[in-house]
Amino acid sequence: MDKIAVIGVAQTPFSPNKSGETYADLAYEATTKALEDAGLAIADIGNIITTSNDFWDGRTISSMAVGDSAGAAYGEGKNISTVEGDGTLGAFYGMTRILSGSYESTLVLAHSKLSEGNNHLITNAFFDPTYERAIGMDSLTASALQAQSYYNRYKIPPRQSALAVVKNRANAIRNPNAHLQEELTIEDVLRSPQPAPPIHEMEIAPESDGAAALILTTESFAKKHGAKPVWIEGVSFCAEGHRLGERRLWESPALRQAAQKAYKMAGIDNPRKDIDVAEIYEACSYQELLWSEELGFCAQGQGGAFIESRATQLKGELPINPSGGCLSAHAIIVAGLVRIIEAVLQLRGEAVNQVEDAKRALAHGQYGLAGQSHCVWILGKN
Amino acid sequence: MVKKNLNLLTLTNGESFQPFRYALGSAGARFFQELKDNNRFMGLRCAKCEKVYIPPRNVCGPCFEPLKDWVQVGPEGSIYSFTVLRFAFIDPETGEKKPVPYGYGFIRLDGASTNLQHFLELPKNGDLKIGMRVRPVFAKNAQGNMRDIVHFSVDGA
Ligand SMILES: [Zn+2]
Repeated sequence: MDKIAVIGVAQTPFSPNKSGETYADLAYEATTKALEDAGLAIADIGNIITTSNDFWDGRTISSMAVGDSAGAAYGEGKNISTVEGDGTLGAFYGMTRILSGSYESTLVLAHSKLSEGNNHLITNAFFDPTYERAIGMDSLTASALQAQSYYNRYKIPPRQSALAVVKNRANAIRNPNAHLQEELTIEDVLRSPQPAPPIHEMEIAPESDGAAALILTTESFAKKHGAKPVWIEGVSFCAEGHRLGERRLWESPALRQAAQKAYKMAGIDNPRKDIDVAEIYEACSYQELLWSEELGFCAQGQGGAFIESRATQLKGELPINPSGGCLSAHAIIVAGLVRIIEAVLQLRGEAVNQVEDAKRALAHGQYGLAGQSHCVWILGKN
Repeated sequence: MVKKNLNLLTLTNGESFQPFRYALGSAGARFFQELKDNNRFMGLRCAKCEKVYIPPRNVCGPCFEPLKDWVQVGPEGSIYSFTVLRFAFIDPETGEKKPVPYGYGFIRLDGASTNLQHFLELPKNGDLKIGMRVRPVFAKNAQGNMRDIVHFSVDGA
């Protein structure tokens, strides 16, 4: 693969209700900040990818609706294309467009405002209308089913998943973009109500509003523009079957496969040793444990013991979500792109909770019910 | 018995609906406030290309510049394009079927560079034509939304 660089990153602050701003306003904020970060003007950008979901935006062709704010109408207009899904998938598409040889640079944008809709109804609409929707299934119910089957299979005690909340919300205290920042104890988490057992209220990622953008370029473009590049060493995107009832919910073959492919590209044999910091997409606390297993950081069924060992703390052997992760800021669609952005900041040495001497970082995004599809990125400093 | 059930080939969605709270943004909020309080159309002008946007938004796409200069446009204007609807569809705002026929068109308000979409009252005499002058008829109880304009009328414009 030709070398692809990330040379500009930006995110808006995330908060529960940006009622004063439209999607387009958030998109413009992220786009202009990313251009500034890269030291570029909109005229320098070769093509644009926007990422969104029509149901959450409450309209169709939501991705094109932010075109003006993403610079797609600049001058005579630019090539713009779209992805419905997580921001990591938008970035994946943006990268492939450069690899096609057609463009030297891609601006990837993601936006979302969960405050405008009803997340239960919207994610209920993901389900099959004939058999599932009328029962009232939604993303939280799906996650609860997954947590239940994972805990049951490996006898994970509730305190181990609660640890992810305690760690991530504390990490978020220094992150000015985070939506939730708090010192919690395991008891606080386990005392919170259970809207869908075994999941506690505090174990659910918040519903945030916000946007993020990044700029991908060829090696020669990055050099020509004197940018501070971070390099893509490996990336893979895999999805498993759609029907929830037909999946083995205590495992994630799609994530396992995506991770193994990305590691192979990057020449990684031992991810726990070869990766210095990871930003992963946990929509609920238990997912940080389960995804750690499938990413190969620990053996299957050992996700609880792994977090309990303190290996994933800021000063641990492999810090996970030093930014605070999705448990602290969660604009669906945007959240995965923020994982890449936080990984880039770590490799630049500019992160809020900087991991010392970070040379290689992993970023992970997911999309769909209970982690149906996964995208894994390996980023390097050199 | 099975044969009888083969009539069940579709399933009705039921009474479910999607509630949304769409942000107006600073531009939309000002536009509707002026419309409601003063029956006035306010647009935003691009300092670079001088295009006046109605309804207003915060970015000029072609220039990629933020918009800040408010200008009053209209209230009269001319028909940019139109159609006459003769089939009724459910109005997404009211859930009611609007009596047919009625006019629908793009109105270029005086001083604006973009078109406003709204209902057109069918003239008492003759037909609608592109370029005809129109004036807005405002609702008695303004709410701060597009329904504050009943329609645009060619009569008296
Ligand atoms: Zn302009």
